[in-house]
Amino acid sequence: MNCIIIDDEATARAIIGQLCSNENGLNVLEDFPNAMLAIKYLNQNEIDLIFLDIHMPDFTGFDFIETLKNPPKIVLTTSDPNFAIQAFEYDCIVDYLVKPITPQRFQKAIQKAEIKNHKPKLTADLGTEKVEVSSGNDLYVNIDRRLIKIDIPSIYLVEAKGDYINVKTEGKNYTVHSTLKKIADKLPDDLFLKVHRSYIINIDKIIDIEDNSVLIKKDVIPVSRSNRPELMKRLNLL
Amino acid sequence: MEEPNLSYIYSMSGGDKAFEEKLIGIIKSEFPEEKAEYYNNLKANNYKLVAGNVHKLKHKISILGLEKSYEIAIAFENNLLEGSTKLQDQFESILKTITNYLQKL
Repeated sequence: MNCIIIDDEATARAIIGQLCSNENGLNVLEDFPNAMLAIKYLNQNEIDLIFLDIHMPDFTGFDFIETLKNPPKIVLTTSDPNFAIQAFEYDCIVDYLVKPITPQRFQKAIQKAEIKNHKPKLTADLGTEKVEVSSGNDLYVNIDRRLIKIDIPSIYLVEAKGDYINVKTEGKNYTVHSTLKKIADKLPDDLFLKVHRSYIINIDKIIDIEDNSVLIKKDVIPVSRSNRPELMKRLNLL
Repeated sequence: MEEPNLSYIYSMSGGDKAFEEKLIGIIKSEFPEEKAEYYNNLKANNYKLVAGNVHKLKHKISILGLEKSYEIAIAFENNLLEGSTKLQDQFESILKTITNYLQKL
């Protein structure tokens, strides 16, 4: 994971930098004594994780988070334990470290960040075929150079149609220039299953199953022989 | 009164002497600046800024293993935010202890 450190205290930046250097796969690209410098950097660079001090003059850590359109994962670092509840309001915050940070506690935070790292993040790359997911329950699809938000649980079916995929939701259908594999990577595994090389279904939306097909809404979807055992495993069978 | 120590720094350096020296160097240069800022803001009776200075200084107090002093710093910071300078003397005594300690390093 590529990360940056934002802290107005040089001592804190040095300590966090040292803790990062002890972790495999964690690269500190830059550190900043204030949030404004970091914002400039983030406009031009993509990173996975920020170690962010809350208590900084002029611009607090929370002010900084509010300025980010699509924040990466953030580990808060602070001498003040009183902001923990506020931190829960932000999906991007993966942990809250109270200074002085111990190596053991730091490792735990990295583990949490790594788990969250499997969630893909939104990249606003207009003009190319992209299906990207933001944090939480939303999926953004690129249609005619617009990123359109789709509520993931409302998707009941995704079908491959040549170079396109058809994303069917309870309210609307979307045809997107993308592949089934790309969208499969963005959908939560516990809710969606690929039942055929051309179909991904939302397991919660199944009405019934008959031999090698499932009924979802009014769509009858084939289930390939190789995918059937996994489907059966996922059902709450009596 | 408790004495500063380098236990925390050693615990996280993993024996990396270069890092230990670097960190001590940073503390030695940053601490007097923060202390001076503290006294300046105190002189101006700007307790909100003073509280911010105490907030930063208390991290160094904890790094130097001063556990009881750290609690005093927390209480003093809270007092300042409420417009009171109660515990000022005790806090400044901690600053003196650290100053003396850093001079010897």
